[in-house]
Amino acid sequence: MRGRPGLVTAYRRDMSILPTTTQRVWFFSFCIVVAGLTFFLSDDLASRGASAAAAAIGAIGLNLVTGWAGQISLGHAFFLGVGAYTAAALGGESGGPLIGLGLEMWIWLPAAGLVAALTGLLVAPIAFRLRGLYLAFVTLGLVFIGEHIFREWDSLTGGIGVGRATAKPVLFGYDLSKEGSFAGFTLSPEQQYYLFALIVLLVMALFAKNLVRSRTGRAFSAIRDRDIAAEIMGIHLSRSKLIAFTVSSFYAGVAGALIYTFIGFVEPRTFSLTLSIVYIAMILIGGAASIMGSIMGAVFITFLPRIVDLVAGVVPFIEESPSGGFLTVVQVEQILFGLLIVVFLIVEPLGLHGVWIRIRNYWKAWPFSY
Amino acid sequence: MTEFLQATINGFATGAIYALLALGFVIIYKSSEVLSFAQSGLMILGAFWVVYFSTVLELNFWVALLLGIILSALIGVVIERSMLRPMVGKPAFSVAILTIGLNIALTVIGFDLIGVEIRSLGDPWGIQVVQMGDLVVSRKDLATIVSSVIVVGSLLAFFRYTRFGLAMRATAIDQETALAQGIPVARVFAVAWAIAAGLATIAGVFLGAGTGVSAAIGVRAIRALPAAVIGGLDSIPGAIVGGLIIGLAESYTVTYQSEYLAFLGQNFSTAVAYVVMFLVLLVRPYGIFGTREVVRV
Repeated sequence: MRGRPGLVTAYRRDMSILPTTTQRVWFFSFCIVVAGLTFFLSDDLASRGASAAAAAIGAIGLNLVTGWAGQISLGHAFFLGVGAYTAAALGGESGGPLIGLGLEMWIWLPAAGLVAALTGLLVAPIAFRLRGLYLAFVTLGLVFIGEHIFREWDSLTGGIGVGRATAKPVLFGYDLSKEGSFAGFTLSPEQQYYLFALIVLLVMALFAKNLVRSRTGRAFSAIRDRDIAAEIMGIHLSRSKLIAFTVSSFYAGVAGALIYTFIGFVEPRTFSLTLSIVYIAMILIGGAASIMGSIMGAVFITFLPRIVDLVAGVVPFIEESPSGGFLTVVQVEQILFGLLIVVFLIVEPLGLHGVWIRIRNYWKAWPFSY
Repeated sequence: MTEFLQATINGFATGAIYALLALGFVIIYKSSEVLSFAQSGLMILGAFWVVYFSTVLELNFWVALLLGIILSALIGVVIERSMLRPMVGKPAFSVAILTIGLNIALTVIGFDLIGVEIRSLGDPWGIQVVQMGDLVVSRKDLATIVSSVIVVGSLLAFFRYTRFGLAMRATAIDQETALAQGIPVARVFAVAWAIAAGLATIAGVFLGAGTGVSAAIGVRAIRALPAAVIGGLDSIPGAIVGGLIIGLAESYTVTYQSEYLAFLGQNFSTAVAYVVMFLVLLVRPYGIFGTREVVRV
């Protein structure tokens, strides 16, 4: 069968993640290159890369519930917040009125996911009663109620405008926030965060990829495409939705814990509707119902400020300073962000992943473009 | 008792504003089955036009209000034509997210135009109050209630008695059948957006009247969404009732919560709208007056 990648003789092979040798080779070299970048990235880029990898985890979570199971969730920011504060409470330092147990990372990172997942489990039954757009409003309400709780629960969050320091990234006695060395290279904290986030991302992306090609994952897609038809075919609607919500919240919790631990500080107003929309934008721009798309979307959105900075140097009416000019960089970024959602929905509903597929298919047949 | 009456009147005034916003939302949803999250963006932009016409161009307030409504309505039509029309037939979710993106863009532009300061609207009510026995009612609140009644009344009359209102109602019932009867459905969509944008402008003016227009009014406008949901997304009376429920709930929370339910924390009034929405949806998943969705494969 070698050399005939189009020919598939077994169902197993048809479903495999990397069906051909070429894809396997490309995938592993890509992983090695991305991991190898650790040693060459500047601290600024590495720290953005770490955020992007952590955000990709959150985006994968949202994609599971929204892209695959078709349940619109505008409440992702709330679960990110639950994860971030669980991590801060378990792994942070106590001081003044703040809760902080100072535990190690291998405890607080899974715990952040689990507590978020439990919260998702609590909310999910409300979601069963509602379909489609009404669900969007309930999850919208969740963000605002969550924001209120975060603002008022001072001993957990430090309160509005004050915030708190987050968990210490100490793994089995090894402190990621201190300079370390690896194979003769000195690694800055940012570079270590980057590497660590990549590893977590790889594990969680693989798990998600396996979930969506399992029986449960196919049930998700069936519910998205037509929920009543799915129910008639014997899919347990509420159980599948419950799994989707819970797993998605777990991913959000882990993502929230990582992102704000890397930043080192978290303020309650962060977890607003805007943050939810940022994640929605990630999966829409990246590509709904695609793991690779979630990652591409997260990377694109995280690096958007850098891209705008580059563009601002060329376009005259965008000002770098916050006061002068018709539009400032931050404003352009926000408008661009809104318009990108609009443009992608109208022009390329499959997102960046769709663009990639199209490019790949073009080169597959090159030079015979038919 | 005085306290209660006072809270009720305040609640009706804010409720009227939410009702106007929710009404625009429901009109768009009924006619074109699009969930528009862009109402708050349209409102901020609309409020800015009125500020611009009345304080920068120094026109009479009422002229400025009229011009602002017309300009907003035009923007609404342009948005419908350029962004929503290509999405006809796409999943409702995609369209809803598109309006979220649109809302971000509109809000940023609106805030950029308004600037960091609080801009006065040049409205005739200011911060004056009317004394009624023990009650102190601001003239702005009275104006809000009276104007909302007039606006909503004339809208309902428009739907009930005019030829185009009939066309809009027919489109709301069934788009394809309406098309088959020769109703210009595309124009109905455009008019729905124009009406919604106009209503948003009026709401923005009343939110900003007296105290002035600033970035803070955008956050309040989002609370018109739970109002529309509580009433039922496809019900015009529902939008009005939902708006009033949210307005009253907020006003009572401001007055009584620190006394009786202090553990809920300060500023609970910002979250109460969503709590009420949760409770209503638990009991009635399609809102108070919403039609139950008929599901079929």
